[in-house]
Amino acid sequence: MSAETILFFVLAAAALGGAVNLIAQTHPIHSALSLIVVMVALAGIYLLLGAELLAAVQIIVYAGAIMVLFVFIIMLLNAGEEERTQISRAATWIGVPFAVILTALLGWRIWLSQAPVYAGPGVEMVRATRELSKMLFTSYVFPFELTSILILVAILGAVVLAKRDF
Amino acid sequence: MSDFLSANAGILIAVIKVLVVVLLLLTGVAYITWFERKVVAHMQARWGPERVGPHGLLQPLADGAKFLFKEDPTPAGIDRFVYFLAPFLALSLSLSSIAVIPLGPGQIEIFGQRTWLSISELNISLLVVFAITALSVYGVALAGWASNSKYPLLGGLRSSAQMLSYELSLTMSVVGIVLMTNTFSLRDIVEDQRGGMLHWFVWPQIIGFVCFFVSALAETNRVPFDLPEAETELVAGFHTEYASFKFAMFFMAEYAAMVTVSFMVSVLFFGGYYSPFPNTPGFHWTWYLPAAGAAIGGVLLLLHGLRYHTAFGRVVLPVLGLVLIGAGTVCALPAVIEFVQGPFWLVAKVVAVLFVYVWTRGTLPRFRYDQLMNFGWKFLLPLSLANVLVTSAIVAFVAPR
Repeated sequence: MSAETILFFVLAAAALGGAVNLIAQTHPIHSALSLIVVMVALAGIYLLLGAELLAAVQIIVYAGAIMVLFVFIIMLLNAGEEERTQISRAATWIGVPFAVILTALLGWRIWLSQAPVYAGPGVEMVRATRELSKMLFTSYVFPFELTSILILVAILGAVVLAKRDF
Repeated sequence: MSDFLSANAGILIAVIKVLVVVLLLLTGVAYITWFERKVVAHMQARWGPERVGPHGLLQPLADGAKFLFKEDPTPAGIDRFVYFLAPFLALSLSLSSIAVIPLGPGQIEIFGQRTWLSISELNISLLVVFAITALSVYGVALAGWASNSKYPLLGGLRSSAQMLSYELSLTMSVVGIVLMTNTFSLRDIVEDQRGGMLHWFVWPQIIGFVCFFVSALAETNRVPFDLPEAETELVAGFHTEYASFKFAMFFMAEYAAMVTVSFMVSVLFFGGYYSPFPNTPGFHWTWYLPAAGAAIGGVLLLLHGLRYHTAFGRVVLPVLGLVLIGAGTVCALPAVIEFVQGPFWLVAKVVAVLFVYVWTRGTLPRFRYDQLMNFGWKFLLPLSLANVLVTSAIVAFVAPR
C-alpha cells in the first residue's frame, strides 16, 4: 500500500468515525467538535485528490467560520445535554427506509462507476484557482448570485427575528 | 547506511527541518517573554527581570521550571475531554503555521538532495496560514467553555466574537497583495518584492498593511485588544481555571501566534528574506552588515560584561560576547556570506515587528468591548474592503499585470 492509500483510509476512518460520533454524542458541543473532525478529514481527502484550494476553503469556511459560529451559539445559549427520546413513528416508517434506500442507491452507483479517482499533485494550482473563478463569474454567475441573495435574505430574517420585541 | 540515507533522504530532511525550526521557535518564544518584560519595563522606567542570571537572562528557564513543578488542580464539574484538549489545540495550531513560511531564498543541499529553506513549500501557503488562524479560535473558546466557570466562559465568548470579527478584515487586508501578485504562495509574494525596500508591498498596500497589523493584534489577543483576559473584569479570562503546564501551553501559544504574525507581516509587506538594499554592485558592502552587527554587538557585550556587578555575569556575558564576535566572523566568510543574508534580514524584520508589538503594549490602554466591536466592523472592515476595491480597479485598468 502506498502512503497515499494509507492516508486515505486514515482520513476516511476519521471522517466516518466523526460522523457517527456526531449523532451518538448527547452534548451539542461534543457533536459540534465531531463535525469539525469530519470537515478537517474531508479537507485532507481533498488535499489527497490534488484539490488544494478546495481543501483550504473547506477549512477556512466550514471548520473555521461556520463551526466557530455553531460553537459560539451553543456556548452563548449554554445548551445542556440532550435527553434521549424514543424514535418517532414517522422516522421508523418513512425515515429509516428512505435512508437505507438512498444509501443503497448511492453505493450501487459508486460500485458500478469505473471512473478512476485522481490522486496526487498535478493540476497547477494557480490555473485551477483562475479557472474556478472564471467559471464562477461566467457560466455559474446566476446560481452564484442567487445563492448570495438567498443567504442575505436569511441573514435579514435572523436580524428581524432578533430585533422583535416579545 | 548511505543507501538508507539516499532512500529516505526526503523524510530525514523533513524531520531535521521540523526539529530545527520548532526548537528555534520554542527557544525564541521563551526569550520573547524576556524581551517583552525587559522592553515594557524600560518603557515604564523599571528594570524588569534582573535577579535570575545577568540581566535576567535565565528568567525564561526559571519560569519554565516553575510551570513544570507547580501543582495542577483540576476544577470540579469540568468537561474533562474538552478541558484537556483545549491547550493542546491552542499550542499545536499556533506552532504549525510556521511550517509554510519561507525562511530564505533558493535551495540548499543536504544529503545530496536540494531542498527549500522552509519546512514545506505549498502553492497555497497564504491560505494555509489563514486556515490555521481560523481554527485557533477553538483553543480559546473551548477552554472557556470546558472550565465550568463564569469568568472563563465570558472570556471565551468575548474572544470568539473578537477573533471572528477581526478575521474578516485580516483576510480582506491581504487580498490586495494577492491581486497584485496573482499568487497564494508566500514564496512567490516575497520573490515579487526583491530589489530593495522600494519594491516592498508596504508602500502600494499601506492601507492593507495598517488593517493587517491592527487585525493581527486583535487576532492574537494582544493589547489593546486583550479583552478575553481583561484582569479587572474577568480575572484571567479563558485560562482562569488552568494552572501549571496547561497554563504554560496557552502562554506559549499566544507568543507563538505573535511570532507567526510577525513573520507574516515581514513576508507580506516588508520583503521577507530580502535585504532592504538592492542587489547591485554598489550595495555589495551591505552584505557585511550581518557580520558587522554581530561583531559590534559582541564587542559591546564583552566590554559591558567584564564590568558586570555579579561574578556569574562577568563570566557569562563576555562568553556570549565572544560567541557573537565568532558568529560575526563566520558570517563574513565568502562561503557563507550569501547564505546568511536571507535568514538574517528575515529575523531582523521579525524582531523589529515584535518590538512594535511590545511597544504597543507598553503604550496603549485597553479598548472597551463595544469600542472594539465598532472599530472592527464599522472602521477596519470597510477600510479593508475599500482597499480591495481600489487595488482591483488599479490592477484592472491602470497597471494590468
